[in-house]
Amino acid sequence: MTKQTVVVGSSVGLHARPAAMIAQAAGAYEEEILLILDGEEVDATSSLMIMTLGADCGASVTVESENADAVAEIAGLIARDLDA
Amino acid sequence: MIDTANAITGTGVVAGLGYAPALWVKPAPVVPQSCEAHIAEPERELEVARWKAAVTLVSERLSARAANASGAAAEVLEATAALASDRGLQRVVGKLIAAGSSAESATVAAIAQFIEKFEKLGGLMAERVTDLGDIRNRVISELLGLPEPGVPTPETPIILLADDLAPADTATLDPSLILGIATRLGGPTSHTAIIARQLGIPCIVAAAKITDIHDGDHLLLDGGVGTLTLGSDPVDAEARVVADAARRLAVQAWTGPGRTHDGVAVELLANVQDGAGARTAAGFPAQGVGLFRTELCFLSAQTEPSVDEQAAIYGEVLAAFPGQKVVFRTLDAGSDKPVPFVLHPDEENPALGVRGIRLGQGDPGLLERQLDAIALAAEQQGVRNAKVMAPMVATIDEARDFAAACRARALSPGIMVEVPSVALLAEAFLAEVDFMSIGTNDLTQYAMAADRMAPSLAALTDPWQPAVLHLIRSAASAGVSSQKPVGVCGEAAADPFLACVLIGLGLTSLSMAPNALAAVGLQLGSVSLEQCQHAAAAVLRCTTAREARSTAHELLS
Repeated sequence: MTKQTVVVGSSVGLHARPAAMIAQAAGAYEEEILLILDGEEVDATSSLMIMTLGADCGASVTVESENADAVAEIAGLIARDLDA
Repeated sequence: MIDTANAITGTGVVAGLGYAPALWVKPAPVVPQSCEAHIAEPERELEVARWKAAVTLVSERLSARAANASGAAAEVLEATAALASDRGLQRVVGKLIAAGSSAESATVAAIAQFIEKFEKLGGLMAERVTDLGDIRNRVISELLGLPEPGVPTPETPIILLADDLAPADTATLDPSLILGIATRLGGPTSHTAIIARQLGIPCIVAAAKITDIHDGDHLLLDGGVGTLTLGSDPVDAEARVVADAARRLAVQAWTGPGRTHDGVAVELLANVQDGAGARTAAGFPAQGVGLFRTELCFLSAQTEPSVDEQAAIYGEVLAAFPGQKVVFRTLDAGSDKPVPFVLHPDEENPALGVRGIRLGQGDPGLLERQLDAIALAAEQQGVRNAKVMAPMVATIDEARDFAAACRARALSPGIMVEVPSVALLAEAFLAEVDFMSIGTNDLTQYAMAADRMAPSLAALTDPWQPAVLHLIRSAASAGVSSQKPVGVCGEAAADPFLACVLIGLGLTSLSMAPNALAAVGLQLGSVSLEQCQHAAAAVLRCTTAREARSTAHELLS
């Protein structure tokens, strides 16, 4: 299991567009990918579930999966400003 | 003149007039009681398949409409299609059906779960509630075999009314038939506002009382002022619509430079935040940059950019306006603009906390390095005496220290007028610096003790408030007597009538969002300086914001 904690880079937080981009990228992997914030875990392939985290810009979100590449890619996306 | 006798008010988000009968968006489907029945276990797999077929169809239809749309409309439709086929939603619905719910009940319950969460989160997330409700209504209609809910296709022009338009509704509106839009809910950044702006349809949001209007009532909608008027004289209303359309064409055709009808020059400048914004602004009739907000270059950086990195960013803005005025504002981090590397410990009241020039208390080097970078960029671009102003100055000492730091680098120092203390002692402040620029948004917030971010305080955070106008007058008069330029770089400058009043008060430049320049320039060109001065004097005698606004409209129309 690989874990990585990153700071949300999108100025709007993990909202509509950033959430959709992350869900799309996560959907390309076979393995389950989880996003964790304040003890709440959600499936990274669902933009609705990602949005329920209410992760604002600057929040620290943990990415967890069996697939290290998936963790690296999703963590990278979270850290970027996807709404720019 | 605005006829407010029978007016329903809201927030105007797209300026322009429209006159036509009202038509409400079709209501959402009602889920019949029969759908609450328990589904027997052997049937449940079929029920899931029935739900999947419906949701797939809804998602595909939205995608197909996205393919036929363009720009923001296409993006919004595609996003709704993606939400409809979201895996998280599928999982929740799947569980509910597995426990015996019908597809209809499961859809209602699952969407309700998400809506509840988003409403609790508030802010931007709460704006997604409309999208979710739209998806629910479409899926339910499909499951029940009903026609698609939403915007009817009118045969003659109408004013469209709705609680709030869903993205899918707004995406395929025909501006030749929809002459105006008014919604009961929503805000300036809702989908309704974004799409109406793109299509150029006059639009009002947050008009709570539109529930009193029935299909077929004739309405005059004014998206600039934010009013809907019932019972207008049809001939008069049509004449106003025609005059407004002509005015909008004249605004599009206006190319500058800024001057009053009697030929008095007024500097019309753009507010920009980076090189890309400056290059865009150069395509508008802007005579320079009156406010370069440098903090936006820092917002995405995790550590302070080096002097060279900063100079490269600043140079881009100077290069976009060669030989023209560019006014830098030093870092205004803090409050609503948190810059990661100058984060301050949690403050009780950040708008009154360590922000703007006050950041220097903890880290004086930050300002020094930024001034070095501005001086370097100016040197590289061959600009002499580049203008730099400090935000949130409150005392003469702060102004004096800032001016000395600028002059040591051959930069021309100025200060923002945001704190009322500066407006009150404007002459003494002007003795220290070369120029001042009034930030009307913050000046209003501090003069009226009302948070500019709080929608419920919008009546207080209005630059037409008489006390705010008197503070502006104080700063403007000091500029006239000191023979130093004093301008405005807040939202007030973008209001064409208020802009005339500001010039009448003695201000020399107006800086605003580039797309507001033409409307302001056109209005200024239609009145003489004497008319502006007359309006300014009349406005200063008003005792309410409403009276000030209507007095100016009357004297300057």
